[in-house]
Amino acid sequence: MKPYNNKAWWLVLPVFVLVAFSAIIPMMTVVNYSVQDIFDPSTRYFVGTEWYREILADPRLHDSLLRQFIYSFCVLAIEVPLGIVVALSMPRRGLGVPFSLILLSLPLLVPWNVVGTIWQIIGREDIGLYGWILNSLGLDYNYASNPRDAWITVLVMDVWHWTSLVALLCYSGLRSIPDVYYQAARIDRASHWAVFRFIQLPKLKNVLLIAVMLRFMDSFMIYTEPFVLTGGGPGTATTFLSQTLTQMALGQFDLGRAAAFSLIYFLIILLVTWVFYTAMTHNDNKE
Amino acid sequence: MGWMAWTLPTALFFAGIALLLVAMTVWQTVSPGRERKGFLPLTTSRGDRLFIGLLASAYGHLLVLALTDWPLWVATAICATGMAIIMKWG
Amino acid sequence: MRLRKSLVMLVYLLFVLVPIYSLVNMSFKSNREILGGLTLWPTAPTLDNYRVVFTEPTWYTSYLNSLSYVSMNMLISLLVALPAAYAFSRYRFLGDKHMFFWLLTNRMAPPAVFLLPFFQLYSAVGLFDTPIAVALAHCLFNVPLAVWILEGFMSSVPKEIDETAYIDGYTFPKFFIRIFLPMIRPGIGVTAFFCFMFSWVELLLARTLTSVDAKPIVAQMTRTVSASGIDWGVLAAAGVVALLPGIAVIYFVRNHVAKGFALGRV
Repeated sequence: MKPYNNKAWWLVLPVFVLVAFSAIIPMMTVVNYSVQDIFDPSTRYFVGTEWYREILADPRLHDSLLRQFIYSFCVLAIEVPLGIVVALSMPRRGLGVPFSLILLSLPLLVPWNVVGTIWQIIGREDIGLYGWILNSLGLDYNYASNPRDAWITVLVMDVWHWTSLVALLCYSGLRSIPDVYYQAARIDRASHWAVFRFIQLPKLKNVLLIAVMLRFMDSFMIYTEPFVLTGGGPGTATTFLSQTLTQMALGQFDLGRAAAFSLIYFLIILLVTWVFYTAMTHNDNKE
Repeated sequence: MGWMAWTLPTALFFAGIALLLVAMTVWQTVSPGRERKGFLPLTTSRGDRLFIGLLASAYGHLLVLALTDWPLWVATAICATGMAIIMKWG
Repeated sequence: MRLRKSLVMLVYLLFVLVPIYSLVNMSFKSNREILGGLTLWPTAPTLDNYRVVFTEPTWYTSYLNSLSYVSMNMLISLLVALPAAYAFSRYRFLGDKHMFFWLLTNRMAPPAVFLLPFFQLYSAVGLFDTPIAVALAHCLFNVPLAVWILEGFMSSVPKEIDETAYIDGYTFPKFFIRIFLPMIRPGIGVTAFFCFMFSWVELLLARTLTSVDAKPIVAQMTRTVSASGIDWGVLAAAGVVALLPGIAVIYFVRNHVAKGFALGRV
């Protein structure tokens, strides 16, 4: 049990001040904006909860929220199992280890707008490899005009970009399993499935929780990649929450509505983070 | 501070939250609370229950705004009651 | 079994590398060749695109701007996160769990939510269009992440080491710098890498908080649309150049990076 000592606060204070500056002050400002109709700093009117009522009835919020949840769900459903498979296939020793670690990390190091650019080119049917292959196979694939293709391209792009994160997390979880466990399993002639189910999966539970949380949250705030790839289109097929909000805030400079949107967005994040955090601390306590 | 566009109601709101946090700190120092299990499906400390209550209130207000034409004080009254219940028995 | 595993790995690595190869491939082509049709390697390799990136002031200054705010952010994040992570890993204190949770929410909050007030805030304090503004803004998600990773690494150092050092008469700062920090060096390296990575790849805040003087490379890249359309070759070359620092940094932490991705808690 860790000792109880309130002096530890002094060590946390710098972090608190720094993050408060960039989190609490802006958050207060957002709340202030969300209850006013602002034309310029000196011409503003208190409108109470009018913006909230309006934004809650706004189809733009409903649509992008729905799209966002479907998208984040698809991301998790593909990336988590795929990440586990890749992690299980990682070499355990030898030169292959650092080699595959670095290669796996490559997509994570690409600036997000470059990710969009890469897929923008590679998906084009005239000059991009994937687009060309798909069209040669007789599929009529065009991410710029077909909403379904655009959606799938954004999803594949995310899988390419982030599955490595899940794989690396799982890999480090797997590495912490002592060899003795595997030897015991070999003596018992346990099947590969049994080894996975009863030795590897339990050990992966903690890292998987982190992976699911990070992937859910980061896909929930995705902005740059689809913005560069499709600009949110065709139509609004790939316009997710962050982009809708950015359009409102910077495109139309619609301060009140954007602020109310921000707060609703933030409340969703707050709830989901809390659920994951509670699950994580609950797990830690049990061990 | 002009750019922050303060209004009286929001100032009061944040002052209230700050006071609440100070009060909780003082309360915890004067008579330390323990973690316990109430009707919520997890062990909670006072601070946890306060957070759960506040978050639930925020969602409660949004629900009322989205689905009904009730004046806002009705939502506030309902949420305050819920908050008290969570703090006491949660 | 072993063969099947290697096969899965190879196929996945191929999936990872093909897009990156196509970027590198494109950076050695002229625009005419890029738009002319699909070629699997440059038929007339050219270094012109790289020449533009390295000689035109708008390009290389934006590259330097990025490097400057990223390193500032790395330094600030580590400096404040180290003591805080120690506090979280060694002590319980009033509101510790709630504090940690609050930090976490800032890592999870979408930058878009903070866009509007950040613009106003940094304009109000006169930091708009300076690297330090972007560095501070990126602290919003990097500091919590740094605390999280470091806390994991620190918790795996046995507490007895602290106790022995205090008995031997070390004061806290002396113990922390002389004994404790060297012990978690891999953790610090990995944390620095993560701060670097997430600050380097972020676009939305970096673009919003800068206009001319501090324009970062990622923003410069989104503004390559000229009269003759997008300059794909230069864009690809800039992308390759933007990839290099990350590869350089990850090479140094390759042995610990997997643990870092697990936030130090395996």
